[in-house]
Order: sequence, then C-alpha cells, then structure tokens
Amino acid sequence: MKVLVAVKRVVDFNVKVRVKADKTGVETANVKMSMNPFDEIGVEEAIRLKEAGKATEVVAVSIGVAQAQETIRTALAMGADRGIHVQSDAELQPLAVAKLLKAVIEKEQPKLVVLGKQAIDDDCNQTGQMLAALLGWAQGTFASKVAPDGDSMTVTREVDGGLETVQLKLPAIVTTDLRLNEPRYASLPNIMKAKKKPIDALTPEALGVDPAPRLVTLKVEEPPKRKSGVKVGSVVELVEKLRTEAKVIP
Amino acid sequence: MSILVLAEHDNASLKAATLNAIAAAARIGGDVEVLVAGQNCNGAADAAAKVAGVKKVLVADSAEYAHALPENLAPLIVELARSRSHVMAAATTNGKNVLPRVAALLDVAQISEIIEVISADTFVRPIYAGNAMATVQSKDTVKVITVRATGFDPAAATGGSASIEKVAAKGAAGLSEFKGAELSKSERPELTSARIVISGGRGMQSGDNFKLLESVADKLGAAVGASRAAVDAGFVPNDYQVGQTGKIVAPDLYLAVGISGAIQHLAGMKDSKVIVAINKDEEAPIFQVADYGLVADLFKAVPELDAELAKGR
Ligand SMILES: Cc1cc2nc3c(=O)[nH]c(=O)nc-3n(C[C@H](O)[C@H](O)[C@H](O)COP(=O)(O)OP(=O)(O)OC[C@H]3O[C@@H](n4cnc5c(N)ncnc54)[C@H](O)[C@@H]3O)c2cc1C
Ligand SMILES: Nc1ncnc2c1ncn2[C@@H]1O[C@H](COP(=O)(O)O)[C@@H](O)[C@H]1O
Repeated sequence: MKVLVAVKRVVDFNVKVRVKADKTGVETANVKMSMNPFDEIGVEEAIRLKEAGKATEVVAVSIGVAQAQETIRTALAMGADRGIHVQSDAELQPLAVAKLLKAVIEKEQPKLVVLGKQAIDDDCNQTGQMLAALLGWAQGTFASKVAPDGDSMTVTREVDGGLETVQLKLPAIVTTDLRLNEPRYASLPNIMKAKKKPIDALTPEALGVDPAPRLVTLKVEEPPKRKSGVKVGSVVELVEKLRTEAKVIP
Repeated sequence: MSILVLAEHDNASLKAATLNAIAAAARIGGDVEVLVAGQNCNGAADAAAKVAGVKKVLVADSAEYAHALPENLAPLIVELARSRSHVMAAATTNGKNVLPRVAALLDVAQISEIIEVISADTFVRPIYAGNAMATVQSKDTVKVITVRATGFDPAAATGGSASIEKVAAKGAAGLSEFKGAELSKSERPELTSARIVISGGRGMQSGDNFKLLESVADKLGAAVGASRAAVDAGFVPNDYQVGQTGKIVAPDLYLAVGISGAIQHLAGMKDSKVIVAINKDEEAPIFQVADYGLVADLFKAVPELDAELAKGR
C-alpha cells in the first residue's frame, strides 16, 4: 500500500504572529517556519504503517514556494521515501490545494492519503474533506487511531462528544488529530540520508490546475485586546470580587 | 436570498450550536431554512420549526443519515444548495466534517468559523489561533460557511412556527460505515454552551485530581474543560480540550487552573467575559489575559475555593 502525506510549511507554532501595519496579512519575514504540527503527526503515522509492514512506500507532498522543499526534507528525514514539490508562489486556498493534490494522486495512485486536520496558519480545517469529495473517496477526519485491513480501514475520530469509530473503504483520506501519535525527531544520520532522497518538481500548469483563490482577503486586523486585570491576594478576596464586582457567581 | 442551515441534532432535539448558526444566517438576511437530516428525527425537526426566524424545515429521515456520515450527507446538501445563496452549519466536528465536502462538490470555497457577518458576501474569521482577524469576501455563487458559536448570540429556541417539508433521501454512498461511539457522559452542562467553565491543565498532575475541579463545578453549575497537555497526559478525555484545535468557549466566567496560557489555549477561551487564573508561577502568560489572577498552589487554593463557595454568602 502506497501512502501519500501532505505537508504544509507554516509559521512555527511557538511564534506569536504580528499583523502587518498595512493590514494586508501577518508578518512572515524573518519568522521561524516549520512543518504544520498535524502534518508531522501524518508523516509519523505513515512511517509507522510502513514499519508495521502495512505500507510499502511513503511519499511526502508539499505545495508552495521554493522553501516548501525544506518541509519535504524534514518528512524525508523522519523516514518518508521520496518527495513531490508542487512549486507555486501564488496564494493557495484549500480548494486549490485539494485540486492540486488530486492531480498528484491521479499520477501516484496511493491507497491512503494522510493530511493534517488543520493548518495552524489559516485554521481552515478543509483540505482533506475537499480532497475526499473531489476524488469521491471516504474520509476519516480528526483521527486518533487508524487500522488499515485489506480493502478497508477502521478510523477512530475525535468528535465533540468523545470518540467515534467508522469503517472506510480504501482508498481513503485520513486527517490527523493530536492524539494519533507523538511524532519522532529526525536523527542526524537520517537528516544526512534525507539529502539524497529524491524530490520531484511539478507545477500547477503541468498538473492542469488553476489555483486562483476564490476568497479575497479585504483586510487583516489585530484582535481586540483584553484590558489588564488585577492580582488578588487570597481565595476569599477572589470570591468576593467575583460576587460583587464581576457579578458572575451568586 | 435563501439560506440553508444544517441542523446539528441527536434526532430527538437540536444541539445548542444550531441556534447560533441560525442567528448568523439571520444576520445575512433572506429566508432561513433548516435541514434536519437523520433517522427518526421528528423531534429535532419539530424543535427546529419552533426556532424564531426559521421559515421552513426540510427533513431527510432515512437510515443513511443516522450518523451524519459526510459521504452520505454531502450529496443531499449539494442538491439543496444549488438553488440557494448560502449553506451554513455550526463549526462543530460534524459541521467541519461535512461542509468542506459540500463546498468542493459545488466547486466553491468554504469559509471557516466566521465570527461576524459584514454583508451577504463578506465575513470576519480568526486566523493564526485568533491572533489576527481576516475580513474575507466570497465571489462564489453559493457561499458555504461554518459559524463559530461564540460569535453570535443564539436565536430564540421558541416563537417560530415554520412549515415542515420532507425531502427525498439519496441513498448511501457505500464508502463508509458507522461502527460505534464512546461518548463522554456528564450531568454537567455542555462545555461550549455553559455559563461557567473551569478548566485544568498539566498542573493538575492526574485525572483523579480533576475531582477538585468537579466539586467546584457542581457548586457553580459549571462545565469542566482542560488544556491539551491535560488531555494528552490522559487526565481527561479528548472532548474536554479547549483551544485553537479543540473547543472554542466564551462563557461568562472561565477559571483556568494549572494552565500556563499557551497561545493555542488562549485561542479557545480569551473571549470569555471574565477570566480567572490560578497558577503558582506569577510569570505564567495566562495572567496576561486574566481579569483576576491568584498566584497560589492549586492544591491549596482550589479546596479553599470549594469551601468558600459551599459557605454561600
Ligand atoms: C498544533 C498544536 C495545537 C494545539 N492545540 C491546543 C489546544 O487546542 N488547546 C490547548 O490547551 N493547547 C493546545 N496546544 C498545546 C499548547 O501549545 C500547550 O502545550 C498547552 O496548552 C500547555 O498546557 P498546560 O498549560 O496545561 O501545560 P503547561 O504549559 O505545562 O503549564 C502547566 C502550568 O501549571 C502550573 N502549575 C503546575 N503545578 C501547579 C500547582 N501545584 N499549582 C498551581 N499551578 C501549577 C505551572 O506553573 C504551569 O504554568 C497545541 C499545540 C500544538 C503544537
Ligand atoms: N500548501 C499545502 N501543501 C501541502 N499540504 C497542504 C497545503 N495546504 C494544506 N495542506 C494539507 O491540508 C491540511 C489541512 O489544511 P487546511 O485545510 O488549510 O487547514 C494540512 O494539515 C496539510 O496536510
């Protein structure tokens, strides 16, 4: 079973982003970039499937600017076998990414495609579901456990009420949630080895996809700031303030 | 304009978040219709018909909709969407699961987790864990939108008298099957609609220690939540997680106990009216958003709080 993993390059989760003064977006110059954390979980899961003898090959795909190749290298250093980079400097929205991934999938014919549930920059939580729709495949979103078995796969999903288990026909799409696994760090020897692994280069034109955005961002602004609070000296003072000042408890 | 709102329900009744989605639809203006897709879902349909501002309730009652499988639901919604201007759902795990699938089948964008309606085609949504607010405009013929409940006061659950109309089911896609669910049971209010929430973090040290918070919660009629670290450590189930990638809450009172205040956690609670933080580290970032901060060992402070509340006024 070939497994394809989508990996996005995003602003590192530890960075508190700043809105640009001209309100066109957030400051990304000289900001640390990393693989989207949910995609690290996706790469890890694909590698574990390979280690368990369930997957034969793991292909990491990233779409975006030239530096997205670094993100692919990270996936290769973790243990993916090869990479595909769809080069584009344009703004890419989930529908466009899903169309590009679909075109790659038609070439590669994987049986399982793993994405993150959410990119922590746009917070969209859409691409996997859209890709499943375009391919006419089943989707196991927000997965905390996956178990492929022959032509089907059992997926445990993190839902608002707890956990839910579904069985999906393969090929299928899975999107990862936080509890699926704990991603490994790449070892130094594996980082060196990853430099020799192949990365194929493609373009939206070569894939026959028009990636033009559908939504126009009119402006990006700072959220309203909370006014600063006070420190209280004791629990008695806290309860007193909550009762008489904030009036939020009886 | 004609807006279809996908109801979130358990067949017998509507989930609270549906009322916030209906409220967002009403802000756009035009006719608001609610789709109740389920199995033996008359109870939910009747409830939807009573919601203020709803013109019509469409009911698709069939086995393939029993568990909201997106592979089965999407074709049904797509067909109804073609003659409408907007399709909306609450940004619950169900809404997030199915609406992007609907949007892709319609070849339109999906707009995630709006918190404000500017006009029929322009909306505000948080990005980067709520550290920026984007105003986006859609040129698509059908706008497919999920609604963040905390952005809209709920529509009134009563006062409406919508007509109820059956719509034909479209059969199962044959791609997926529901196998079972392990749902957390609790007598306490639901996290996302509770008036008071008390959450614990890694500082709680164990699942057992969450009893300290539960005791306070029961005195206040509060829901209990958690940080990711507390969920990852197995103290509490996944559905307790508040944050950028968990549940978004905005209660009247949020108490954060043993939680440092990472941006991903703040993203899920910083719109609460009043925030209280109890943390032994006075440098913890949670204090930057807290209205009332108590620097203390939680194992001393929480039992004290419990006793103080037990005393009453
Ligand atoms: C992709 C991604 C998504 C994420 N999504 C979320 C999310 O949705 N929600 C979320 O919460 N996090 C999320 N996180 C994790 C987030 O970055 C933090 O790691 C997490 O919120 C930390 O949880 P915590 O505050 O409980 O733990 P810590 O940061 O370890 O803080 C524990 C706090 O407890 C205090 N403490 C310890 N003992 C005591 C005591 N006896 N008395 C009083 N105080 C005490 C300490 O001083 C400390 O401040 C996400 C991270 C990533 C990468
Ligand atoms: N440009 C991209 N390149 C590769 N994968 C992507 C890209 N954008 C989104 N994805 C995948 O889609 C997931 C969800 O993204 P989103 O729908 O934007 O929240 C991410 O976790 C990635 O797995």
